[in-house]
Formats: sequence, C-alpha cells, structure tokens
Amino acid sequence: MTALTLSSLRRAHWISLPLAIGFAIVLFWLAVTFLAPLMTSYNPLDMVGRRLQAPSWEHWLGTDALGRDVLSRTLHGARHSLPIAVVVVTLSVGIGAALGAISGFVGGVFGSAIMRLVDVTLSFPPMLLAMAVAASLGPGLENATVAMIIVWWPVYARLMRAQVLEVREREHVEAAIAAGASKPRVLLKHILPLCWTPVLISATMDLGQVILLAASLSFIGLGATPPTPEWGSMISDGASQFYSWWVAFGPGLAILTIVLGFNFIGDGLHDYFDPKSK
Amino acid sequence: MQQEPLFSVQDLRVSFGRHGHHFEAVRGISLHVDHGEVLGIVGESGSGKSVGMLAALGLQAKTARVQGSAKFKGQELVGMPRRELRKLRGSRVAMIFQDPLSSLNPVMTVGAQIAEAILLHHPEVSKKAALDRAVELLALVAIPQPDRRIHQYPHEFSGGMRQRVMIAMAVANDPDLLIADEPTTALDVTVQAQIMDVLSDLRKRLNLGLILITHDLGVLAGHADRVAVVYSGEVVEQASIDDLFERPSHPYTRGLIASIPDMAEEKDRLFSIEGSPPPLGKLPGGCAFHPRCPQVQAICRTTAPVLRDFGGHSASCHFATLPTESAA
Amino acid sequence: MIRYILRRLITMPFLVLGIITLAFLLTTVTKGDPLAAIVSDRQMNDPEAVAAAKARWGLDRSLPERYLIYVQNLVTGDMGTSFITRRPVAQDVMFRLPATMELVIAAMIVGSTIGISLGMLAAYYRNTPIDHLARFFALFGSSIPVFWLGLALLYVFSVKWGILPGPGRLDPRAALPPRVTGFMTIDTLLAGNVKLFADALWHLILPAFVLGWAVAGTISRLVRANMLEVLDREFILTARSKGAGELRVVIRHALRNTLVPTLTVIGYSFAYLLTGAVLTETIFSWPGMGSYAVDAARGLDFPAIIGVTIVGGVVFLVTNLITDVAYVIANPRVRLG
Repeated sequence: MTALTLSSLRRAHWISLPLAIGFAIVLFWLAVTFLAPLMTSYNPLDMVGRRLQAPSWEHWLGTDALGRDVLSRTLHGARHSLPIAVVVVTLSVGIGAALGAISGFVGGVFGSAIMRLVDVTLSFPPMLLAMAVAASLGPGLENATVAMIIVWWPVYARLMRAQVLEVREREHVEAAIAAGASKPRVLLKHILPLCWTPVLISATMDLGQVILLAASLSFIGLGATPPTPEWGSMISDGASQFYSWWVAFGPGLAILTIVLGFNFIGDGLHDYFDPKSK
Repeated sequence: MQQEPLFSVQDLRVSFGRHGHHFEAVRGISLHVDHGEVLGIVGESGSGKSVGMLAALGLQAKTARVQGSAKFKGQELVGMPRRELRKLRGSRVAMIFQDPLSSLNPVMTVGAQIAEAILLHHPEVSKKAALDRAVELLALVAIPQPDRRIHQYPHEFSGGMRQRVMIAMAVANDPDLLIADEPTTALDVTVQAQIMDVLSDLRKRLNLGLILITHDLGVLAGHADRVAVVYSGEVVEQASIDDLFERPSHPYTRGLIASIPDMAEEKDRLFSIEGSPPPLGKLPGGCAFHPRCPQVQAICRTTAPVLRDFGGHSASCHFATLPTESAA
Repeated sequence: MIRYILRRLITMPFLVLGIITLAFLLTTVTKGDPLAAIVSDRQMNDPEAVAAAKARWGLDRSLPERYLIYVQNLVTGDMGTSFITRRPVAQDVMFRLPATMELVIAAMIVGSTIGISLGMLAAYYRNTPIDHLARFFALFGSSIPVFWLGLALLYVFSVKWGILPGPGRLDPRAALPPRVTGFMTIDTLLAGNVKLFADALWHLILPAFVLGWAVAGTISRLVRANMLEVLDREFILTARSKGAGELRVVIRHALRNTLVPTLTVIGYSFAYLLTGAVLTETIFSWPGMGSYAVDAARGLDFPAIIGVTIVGGVVFLVTNLITDVAYVIANPRVRLG
C-alpha cells in the first residue's frame, strides 16, 4: 500500500505539479480568509504607525497614507474578496445553470427568450456592463456583487444549455422518457448529473476572474468603500502614492498569486481531462 | 556482391523511451537494395518495419535511439549530421506514405508542394520553372490536365490521384532510392493495382531502387524482386520472391502465405495465424514467435534462433531448412 | 455560407435594440429616480434645465412611451449630455473612440505576437523546460491585474530607469498634430512629423504591452493546442522527408494550418481587450473611451456611463460579427466544400 504522498499521486497521474501548486495557493488564501485576524497583530483599519513607511521589520509591507499596516490590510482583504467571489460564482452558476438547463431542455418560446437575453447581456464588454450596473445601483460591495452576478450568469446559462442539448440526445434519456419518467425527473436525474463537469471546471477558474473583476471595480471606486481593506481600492490608493510602491505591492501580489492559483488549477484540470494536449 | 549496394542496413536497432524505460522497436535488421531492384518488407502493424526505415533516414522522434548501420551509396546515415541528412532526403532518397490525404498539406496547392520539393534542393531554379516541372511530373504519373491540376488543393483529388501526386513529389528530384510505406493500404483494390503499376513503371524508367513496406504479402507478388519478412523488430526470413513463395522456411512466413485469400481454392474459413504480435517491450523469451508457432519446441522458448543463410535465402528459426520441394 | 452571413447581419439590429433596452432599464433603476439619470445634481435646482430634460426624454410619459422616445433619441445619436463635460455624450464618445482603438489594436498586435510565439515554442518543445516556461509566462500574464501591472511597469521603466516615457499619448510639452483620424500614430505621420510619430509609438509601447500580455495567455494556449495537433499530422512527416528544415516545417507547414482558429481567438480576445482598456487607460492617462468611462463612473455621470456602455456593446458586437464571418470565410473546407 503506497503512502498517499504527493509523489505517489503524481505518479498515478492524478495531479500534476501546476495543479498541486494551484491547490496549495488557494488553500493558503482560504486559510488566510479564516485566520487573518490571528496572523497579524495590527488592526487593518487603525493607524498603527507613521504614514508611508517603507517596509521594515515592524511593518513587513510598510504603511499606507493613513498609517495603516499594509500587510495586515492585504491579509484582511482576503476576507472580502474570497467570500464575494464565492457568492458571485455560486449565484451566477445557480441562476445561469438553472435557466440554461431549462432553456435547453424545454426550448420553445421561453427557452429562446432566455437565450436572447443571454446573447444581449454577453454583447457587452463585461467590465463596462459591470461598471454601468454598479454605478446605477450606487457604490458599495453589495451592489458590486449584484452587478457581477448580472454580468456572469449568462456565461453559465450558455454553457449549461449547450451541455443539456448534447446530453438530451443520448440514449439513456430516450429510454427514461419511454419508460414514462416525467419531464422534471428526466432533467434532474438523467440529464443534469452528466452536465456538471464543464460547468464546475469553468466555475473554478472563474473564481479568479471574479476576484479580478471585483478588484477592478473597487479600483475605480465602484466597489468597496473606504476604509474597507479591499485589494482593488488599496491599489487605487497606491496609484495616488506612486512613489511609495509598497502600498500597491501587497494587494497586487495577493491578487496575482490567488488568480495564478486558480489558473493553475484550471490548467491542471484541463490537462487532466484532456491529456492529449499535454 | 561485388559492388556496394545502393542502400544497405546492418544490424539496425531502434529503441524508444527515457529515464531508464527503454523498449526496442527494431532489434537488429539487416537488408539491402540495389539500383533498379524492388525489396519488399512485409510484417504486421507494429513489427517495426516502418520504424526502421524512418529511423535510418533520421525521421524518427528525438527520443529514439538509433544504433547499427544504414548505408546509402556507401555513406553512413546513422549518426550523420542533420543538415547532411536533409540534403539527401527528398533528393537522393524519397519516401511516400500510407494515407495521401493526411500526407499532403491541406492548405497548400499540389503544385506548390511539388515545387517545394524541387526548390528545397535546387534553390537556383525559378518558381516558374519549378511549377513547370511539377506539371511534367504530374503527367509522368498519368494525372490528366496537369496544368490545371497544379493549382488545386489535395482534397480536390481522389485517393488514388493523391497518391500519384505523392509519387510525383517523391521522384521530383530524380532520387536513387524510393521508400514506399504502405502505399496502397488506404486505397481501393482496383486503385491499388494502378498505383503499383505507376511505381513499377517509374522504377524501370528511372532505375530506382524501391523499398515496398506492406503488411500484405499479396501486394508484393508480381512487383517485388526480393522480400524481407519482419516480425517483432527482426528479419525472420529474407529471399527472392519466388523462392519465398515456393520454399518458405520460417513458420511465420508460411502462416503469412497461407493467409492470402486464394480465389482458386475452396475453403470454408480464411486462415489466420493464431494469437497476436507481442507488444513492444514485452517480448517472450527465446524466439519471439514461439507463442504462435505451430512447430514450437522446448528450445524455442529459451534460446533466440540465429539467422541461417542458405545462400540468398535466409531464415531465423531453429528448424529452418530449405525444403527441396515447394511447400504447398 | 452566404446564408450564415445574412442571418448574422439580420440579427444584428435586434441585438443592438437589446443593448439599448438593457441600457434603458439601467436608467430606470438609477438612484430610484429616472430624472437622476439625465440631470446632474447641480442642474436639479435649475427648473429650466429640468423642464428641458423632461421634454427631451419624455419623463412625464408612461414607461413604454419613455422607452420609445429613448430608442428614438439613441438612434438619432442623442445619448444625453455629460454631467462632467457638459457636452453631448455622443460627441464625447466619438471623440475619444479612436484613442481606444489605437491602444486596443496595438495591444492586439503585441499580444498576438507574444501569444503565437509562445504557443509555437511551447508546442515544438513540448514537455521540455521551454514549454513549461512559455506556459507559465502566458499564465502569468492572464493572472496579473492589468492596473497593477501598468503601475509596476510604469514605476520601473519610466520612473526608476527612465527608458520609457510616462503616461499619456505624447510628450506633454509637444504640440498636438492636426486631428485627422484621431489615431496619434497616423495623424503624426500625416502631418509629416516623424519625430512626433516616434514619440507617439514610444508612448504606445508600455500600455500596449500591459494590455496585450493579458490576452497573450489565451492565444498561446490555443496556438499550443492547435500546433500540437498539427505537428502530429502526416504531412509534417512528408515535409521533413522532402528535406525541409525544421523552421520551414514549423512556419510554412504547421503554422499555416493553425492560422484560422488562431485568428478567431484573436478576434474574440477583442472583448477582453476592451475590458482591460478601461483600466489601462486610467493608469496611463490615455484619453480614450475607457478613461472616459472611469471618470464617468467615479463622478456618477450617468448619461456618459450609459453612453459608453452602449457604444462599447455595439463595437463589441460588430467585432464579434466580423470575427465569426471571417472564420467561416477563411475555413477552406467551408469555402471550397
């Protein structure tokens, strides 16, 4: 019985190095989300030192224009960014997959109407639409979340619909219908279970993209309001403090690593499901 | 042989793999071809017949290890620098492959591809001259309206015509040796005969040495001068074609001959050799063919047979003898 | 094929209408008061301005009527007046559109070049360190937040090392060339001012790179996958057996067979570029549609926000259409089959 070590999993071709690194990074940030208050002694909202101090032993990433510890703010930023990303993706998948599945399965006028809505929504460059919705609703992270869900759900609707359309034609579905199963039952028990994989893979990778979008919105002032330690708004602060590079460095690095982590996972999953492209 | 054969291979070995996991695809092949001669190489898929020839010309993957000797006109190919090999390929030695649809670049016109073969080795020739020559070559392989055809794409040709295009491209620079790897396998039976005729015709006209690789012994009948039978990466029998059919010495050869459907005989079932070839890297001990051999003995399981030469006819079997009468 | 093109052309106006409708819906939810979407806070106290706005947009009418008036106004090019610039939004957007186009096109060129090269390298040297490095570089580019990368590179190249110029399209002290197309590179050339042309190019480098690196990742992934598939095909073996050198095999034979899906992906990355342009323009003080949108968002300039969104949507729609049609045309099987 070989030990369940990293190398044994690798040799069994279950995971590859990028996938492992990706998981490690994401797990790290998940831990930070829960444990941030324990990881740093500084309160992210308080002025705890002189303003705009360069990184030092007391403040590993220096302080910002209001004397707040950048490292602590960076770590606490995870407590905003990650949950929001999870909420956005979960709700987008929920709404999008549901509508897409119905549209693909039932078809008809309702199905077409949904797809037209999807087409129109996807006609906008996502950032612009998110900006417009967020601006109309007003600043704040909740409104930004709604804006992002509005932008994202059509992606899953389209994906799910394509899956349902394909699975619908398979034999076991015909068999179930012939055996007298009701339509909802066919959809739920026979079609949907086979459709989830690409949606889940997409959703995993999109977590990173949502974090980027949320940060972008906050960067231009449409997401988090001060003094919330959100990474995007922190980088915006850093832009105004251009010569104090450390102010933007912490949050930027945070976004980079976590999105990279999700991208690694996505890439690893791709290789796993389609090893020919290795 | 008094003079140097056109192309001769001696104990060629090709192995693949990395980091200690190697498996041999070709385990010591020796054969030769002369100008104007046709050598048939026959064996099942995976026997290593193509791998050996590709490796000799340096066309194998970088992970392949090639050992032994392959001489073309006296020049040693194994270990030759890539640049030198490239000069030979397409000009002195040419190859055609099995599936002409996938062997031709789908987004280039046929004329451009043939012209490329010419221009690669004769850069001083003008594009127009190369295209003119392409027209000549298409005419040579009996493609109608060649001047119109050179501007067409491969998918606008039928299977047989595509293979003719491949042949035209291969002989563009008047090579000395042509290696045809399963040239007729992907074609209809009627077209097969046509292609074989084209090859024969060209061979006579250009005094080409021709190596015909195939899994179908029947294709070689009437076209090959000599045949090498390959099994599991080795040559198990080599003889002139008539001798091979009349006096097959290796059990595998006998099996192959028996498998050829014969319209004249009445049979209930088609004969086929029992079992299947061993996967590469997992060879049985002793003689590689012994698990499928109808005449297997104890020694076959433990000791690999040596090649027995009966003067122009050789076979690698412990019990190989040259029967005085033909084996029917 | 013709039918496909026609079908797409016919659905276009409906999609545009959909865009307009969505925009209209947004104006109805603004701060709960549709008036707030058209009249700025300052103007709220000016009864004349309020009355004029109400008349122009039919705010006293019922919802369906307001919708019709909205569509009508939009079709005639009236997108309202910007709160910040006090000019018609349509005019603002049209004025700033070329700057964005210039940036996006430059980014597409940079991104495609990087992406195709990386993809080719990764495929050819498959599973070697070169492959891994190329893939990592590409992945890195699509993970890094565009606005942060811009800041970082500006800091390093412009402030610390002084190799590349700072934000903006031209040296702030330089005189602008007469505006013909709105493309700084073209206009400076047309004005015959080569030094200014070079300056414009120089200013384009950093923002184009920042924006382009992001799409390079997607492009390289696709090129790699396609090249891997093509390099395995038989005609590559044929080319080698003809004596072709490796470079020729890769470029003349393999690459040409991956061109079509590659161009498609480049076309679709336009969407991402438009998105990223918003942030890039902000960092580099690029006076395009993106920074206009950001200023509008920050200042809650609703007519401008909606206006940019609509124009962005239409541009996006048109580029997608062009890409889809180009794909169908360029695909030799569809074309000749």
